[in-house]
Amino acid sequence: MNALLSLVAVIVLILIAFIGIKVASLHFLFGVVIPYAAIATFLIGVIYRVVKWGRTPVPFRIPTTCGQQKSLPWIKQSKLDNPSSTSGVIGRMLLEVFLFRSLFSNTKFELKEGPKIAYGSTKWLWLGGLAFHWSFFVVLVRHVRLFTEPVPSFLHSIEVLDGFLQVGALGVLISGVVLLLAVTYLFLRRVFIPEVRYISLAADYFPLFLIMSVALSGILMRYFLRVDLVSIKELTMGLASFSVAVSLEKISVIFYIHLFLVSALFAYIPFSKIMHMGGVFLSPTRNLANNSRMERHINPWNYPVKVHTYEEYEDDFREIMKDAGIPVEKE
Amino acid sequence: MSKTPKADELSKIDYMPPKSGWMDTPVEFKQGFWCYGSKAKSLETVGFPNPRQWSPADEDWKLPENWQEIVLKGFKERLDKYRSFKVFMDICVRCGACADKCHFFIGSGDPKNMPVLRAELLRSVYRGNFTKAGKILGKLAGARELTYPVLKEWWYYFFQCTECRRCSVFCPYGIDTAEITMMARELLNLLGLNTDWISGPAANCYMKGNHLGLEPHAITGNIEYMLDDIESITGIRIKPTFNRKGAEILFVVPSGDLFADPGTYTTMGELMLFHELGLDYTWSTYASEGGNFGFFTSNEMAKRLNSKIYAEAKRLGVKWIIGGECGHMWRVLHQYMDTWNGPADFLEAPKSPITGTVFENAKSTKMVHIAEFTADLIRHGKLKLDPRRNDHLKVTFHDSCNTSRGMGILEEPRYIIKNVCSHFYEMDENTIREKTFCCGSGSGLNASENIELRMRGGLPRANAVKDVVEKYGVNMLANICAIDRAALPPLMDYWVPGVGVTGVHELVANALVMKGEKERTTNLRGEPLPGVVETREERRKREDRRKEVGRRRKREEG
Repeated sequence: MNALLSLVAVIVLILIAFIGIKVASLHFLFGVVIPYAAIATFLIGVIYRVVKWGRTPVPFRIPTTCGQQKSLPWIKQSKLDNPSSTSGVIGRMLLEVFLFRSLFSNTKFELKEGPKIAYGSTKWLWLGGLAFHWSFFVVLVRHVRLFTEPVPSFLHSIEVLDGFLQVGALGVLISGVVLLLAVTYLFLRRVFIPEVRYISLAADYFPLFLIMSVALSGILMRYFLRVDLVSIKELTMGLASFSVAVSLEKISVIFYIHLFLVSALFAYIPFSKIMHMGGVFLSPTRNLANNSRMERHINPWNYPVKVHTYEEYEDDFREIMKDAGIPVEKE
Repeated sequence: MSKTPKADELSKIDYMPPKSGWMDTPVEFKQGFWCYGSKAKSLETVGFPNPRQWSPADEDWKLPENWQEIVLKGFKERLDKYRSFKVFMDICVRCGACADKCHFFIGSGDPKNMPVLRAELLRSVYRGNFTKAGKILGKLAGARELTYPVLKEWWYYFFQCTECRRCSVFCPYGIDTAEITMMARELLNLLGLNTDWISGPAANCYMKGNHLGLEPHAITGNIEYMLDDIESITGIRIKPTFNRKGAEILFVVPSGDLFADPGTYTTMGELMLFHELGLDYTWSTYASEGGNFGFFTSNEMAKRLNSKIYAEAKRLGVKWIIGGECGHMWRVLHQYMDTWNGPADFLEAPKSPITGTVFENAKSTKMVHIAEFTADLIRHGKLKLDPRRNDHLKVTFHDSCNTSRGMGILEEPRYIIKNVCSHFYEMDENTIREKTFCCGSGSGLNASENIELRMRGGLPRANAVKDVVEKYGVNMLANICAIDRAALPPLMDYWVPGVGVTGVHELVANALVMKGEKERTTNLRGEPLPGVVETREERRKREDRRKEVGRRRKREEG
């Protein structure tokens, strides 16, 4: 049900763009106004969210320690999994952000007769997630060529690497294909793994369908439907320099659909779980060093509390304490 | 108790989620899964809101009229005070990596015991009240209203989480359900919705210094009994001191170890070790609790209870502090104490008077874990040990949740065990160290009325023990946690009968060759040492002593 609703939502988005161009001829709206609005929403929204997180205090030093602490000099510390220094934390974060290290150690369990519980490594989610995020990143970087003239040389290198599979006359770029496959995998596991299906919200399916449709429309445009690349580049350069001067009608509808879906995705990000990309850097269980006995961590809102003092305690038990031979302050 | 299913029956678990969505599946309070509600008196003692007689089984929980307002205001306040809470409410992508990492999910199959869904119970209300998408799109955005059934669902499931943090290890963003459960329990606490098993000990600890409510003479008395036992086993009379000013070290243990087997054997071990070293240390009856059940109610209450340790260290003028074997106690001491009640600038950086080692890792908090202290002693060859006395034991080690995932003390206890025992075997690597499984009874869930929940939650741990029992003949489960020592014996009896439970310092003391000791014939439990044949007379004496100890304890409890 959640999946279906999300799919319908994405189809509606596609139809809006299609009708907007084909029927209403709102080229300027879809080619210029909406992309700007989307980028503005994205930037302001993301900054707002991250600043809001950043301004929320971290009262306690609560890293999740996943290895041996630093203690006695002859005991080997796990410097990455239980870092006690900033460099260790940076290492831990880099591995987490770039390689999804926690997911790499994922396990699955099986309850057998006996009962006997067996644990095994499972790497599919890690692999799928990694493929998804990295291919998305490469696709995004490739699009920088639309906004630069001359195109920076590193982009050429990326494209050469990305296109090492030559299929027919077309240089097939692997990143796009991997993105589509990975996002499809992420969708299928959500549908077919019962626990994951049970926890999935419409807000989980919607971005998957949206990204799937972005990738599909991009692939269609690149390999199957002819688009006027020169005009597109003129438009994107115009957008980048705030001076759009191309005749927008020359560009075919598939481009506008692609652009509208991308706009929707960018505008949606600040309101959605996709914010995890910023949040992962601010997670106190991962980005803090485990040094709370070495250096005092300050809680900005620490306040005095009512306690039961020793004096009150002794008043309650003075006679008992004396009888038990325990020294007291007041005889 | 009688209703608890047998082990073979209980281990038939269905993991298929129900047909109806989780928001549409109402909470059902199953017998054996929940703890009794807090007593009015306990709440009054510490000044908690809404003290009254109530039962979770009642339809009406006697809440204040504006309870929704109270909860939502408290929610907002905590979102603004804790980045962890705010970020964890926002960034979960529901990838499901945590789903099968929770011992309660593995043991119950209840989908609301998947960490992600446990958190969603709170997140759904967060979205409905504090996010734009949730306010506009409602259920589509995974949002819902805070209703009475939702509140009850919170109560039921946030007291089915032991704050063990295992899910946080596997989460790609480190989302820690312990943080979320702590916040949820704070919110429930605002309405007086705590459990008796937690609020009772917290109130005891506030007034009397320890969870069990042991008054000064009961503490000295209990230790006196232990000293009698030590004398009859070793021939040595130990004379510890209490509340002594000018001692070098203050020693704080979880009070459970002063009260019940097998924790008391751990305390006996510590007494023997410190005596042998000639350590200048003192016990305190005021700071007679290292554990902190306040931690399971609210941050503020935890701080109030914890304050006694530094206050007492200051009053007595000690130089530094050693803490005993306990799990959540060390989470609190390691990650919270200095921030709450520091700086402990009246103390000195801990330095072992025996080896001269300065514990750099505790130079600010000035509190050292006894396993760190003892490992250092052994490393420097300061203890005369005869591991053969433990030769009848095949030992495995259970890492406690808090000390492994909220501190990282993994090698120290292993090093000690390997030096005092000849036979040590690790459990499955997926069930130890940072991946260790909870005993099923942590964070104040070790009551008796929720025994089925505890046995279910303890299944993964017990099952990993069973595996090493079958492979290596393991017969002793060592640990460094007082709740483990209380919770694991019934868990073992239920799933893996025949496996004993011990603290690490009990093993140390059994192997420890003390100056001037007589030839030992029994271990601290009064059982014959390996190679020693017990005469009928000795056996009778041992059993009599056990019975006598039992009677004594009953008298004190009464």
